[in-house]
Amino acid sequence: MDLSAINPILFVAGFLVAATPLIFAAIGELVVEKSGTLNLGVEGMMITGAICGFATAVETGSPMLGFAAAAAGGAALSLLFVFLTQVALANQVASGLALTLFGLGLSALMGQSYVGIKPPRLPDINFGPLADIPVIGPILFTHDIILYLGIALVAATWAVLKFTRAGLILRAVGESHDAAHALGYKVVRIRTLAIMFGGACAGLGGAYISLIRVPQWTEGMTAGVGWIALALVVFASWKPWRLLLGAYLFGGITQLQLNLQGAGVAIPVEYLAMSPYLITIIVLVILSRDKSAAPACLGRTFHASS
Amino acid sequence: MGNEMKLTKLLTSAALALGLATTAMADGHEKTKVGFVFVGPIGDGGWTYEHNKGRLAVEEEFGDKVETVFVESVAEGPDSERVMTQMALDGADLIFTTSFGYMDPTINVAKKFPDVKFEHATGYKRADNVSTYSARFYEGRAIQGHIAGKMTKSNIIGYIGSYPIPEVIRGINSAFIHARKANPDVQFKIVWAYTWFDPAKEADAAKVLIEQGADVVLQHTDSTAPQAAAQEAGNVVTFGQASDMSQYAPFPRVSSIIDDWAPYYIARTKAVMDGTWTSTDTWDGIGAGMVGIGEISDAVPADVKAEALALKASLADGSYHAFTGPLNKQDGTPFLAEGETADDGTLAGMNFYVEGIEGDIPQ
Repeated sequence: MDLSAINPILFVAGFLVAATPLIFAAIGELVVEKSGTLNLGVEGMMITGAICGFATAVETGSPMLGFAAAAAGGAALSLLFVFLTQVALANQVASGLALTLFGLGLSALMGQSYVGIKPPRLPDINFGPLADIPVIGPILFTHDIILYLGIALVAATWAVLKFTRAGLILRAVGESHDAAHALGYKVVRIRTLAIMFGGACAGLGGAYISLIRVPQWTEGMTAGVGWIALALVVFASWKPWRLLLGAYLFGGITQLQLNLQGAGVAIPVEYLAMSPYLITIIVLVILSRDKSAAPACLGRTFHASS
Repeated sequence: MGNEMKLTKLLTSAALALGLATTAMADGHEKTKVGFVFVGPIGDGGWTYEHNKGRLAVEEEFGDKVETVFVESVAEGPDSERVMTQMALDGADLIFTTSFGYMDPTINVAKKFPDVKFEHATGYKRADNVSTYSARFYEGRAIQGHIAGKMTKSNIIGYIGSYPIPEVIRGINSAFIHARKANPDVQFKIVWAYTWFDPAKEADAAKVLIEQGADVVLQHTDSTAPQAAAQEAGNVVTFGQASDMSQYAPFPRVSSIIDDWAPYYIARTKAVMDGTWTSTDTWDGIGAGMVGIGEISDAVPADVKAEALALKASLADGSYHAFTGPLNKQDGTPFLAEGETADDGTLAGMNFYVEGIEGDIPQ
């Protein structure tokens, strides 16, 4: 065993990066579920965002345009879900699963000519002297703008849900769409916007994998992050800050277990490999003892006549 | 009870339909249907990509006389059983299941469809209608190990393992033996990813190994993500796994192991068409062409390249075996005496590290 082989600074910086795709996908889904809709298509929207972002970044040479395209791509795919569930009133679970399958297929088709290409690199933000602070500098101030955007998005979502009228309306629609409708709120329109926001976030998360974390395009490269994001929203009991904590726990322990393996720590690898899932679940379950419940209308179909 | 009856009925009619299909085929009116079950997406750029190339070669070889079907990204375990059953019900005559974890499912499904031929890659369980096939990837690992040992400056070689199964452990041992021969100071750092395909995780594993000082990274996972991570790092050597991964040549990818399944798939399909198919166990290496060594790039010094090619030639003509004694097991007990070579049975079930590798194999 040689723990000195682990560089704590690189480790923390590494897990901030590893957790970012999860944060984007999960915060988007949190907003969707707060509006009373369950979209199981996160994985499909992520992978679509991953290829839209990758292709655009390669073609234009601009990673920022790539991220914009990823958000647009994810939101566009989510419109399919909007059509199925809000217009055609189809079952949300089935529609979400279909969206994932469709997204995986579509992205494979779109990505055929992008295998093996190196995307342009998004530069890290230059914080000047801040990056030179020992320990804290390299951990906190050597990242790209999208990583900070992810954290800002969590803060903004929390603030909007808690303090603004828009957030109150969104929650009202999610808790009782009939009451919200009776008050004159456009339930379908509000949900449509929430779903599109979720799609855009998932797309950004996917592009973060293909443009920064890996960086390359490979079919099916999100490999289940979308599903972890879905679980994370539930275990974080629909609370943005818990969600951030859960994502960092998950990302951190995932990185830590790889580091410990590399350093030859004598814990059986099977326990290390399952630890991210286990510890994240345990911590979040303990935190959610206050019985925060799901939005009451989650997954229920709304029609103005009923 | 009622359900059971329904199921029996369904199975009977399915069997009937299958029977009809087989009869029709015997008349020569029907195409031979070949199914493939893949563990990753066909665009993974590695393992599944090469199996799919083999499938395309079968189509090209036999044209209208065959029809191939495939299902990609099939999880190992019960889900694969469902996919195989569906393929068999849809009239497949021959089904290739292309990952170690499909072993028991293949045997289970094969029992239910005695007239369908199955071929399982990298496993060791056979039946009258189940063959096994694999390639001696460890021969390629020997060459990688040699180049890695010569090229490392930090003397730390990182290895991304997928699952602790004999095939992967064999590769680690073979690479280690030859890296140590080339450079007695070499250390291996092994990280188990517990996945065949997860680019983000593979990239993370590669980054962790690089952060911990590795300047050569070998991978036994299927995607090209570790290559991208090495390219980012700038001064890290990698090898293509299962496929050439030449998009990362000449550096970081300095060589590769290429699986060439096409001749085998064509031969086995032909055997089904001719009615000469029997259950066999095939394990071919560099000599038979099932394992190819991708071009050694100019990033490798000329003398090292020459040594690697000589090693390849001696493995190909059988004058040298990658597991030749004297070798001890990790715990110091003797494994092979001077000049002795490992037999196939030992290799097939290999579950120990050779002396010098640190750490334990997850059990």
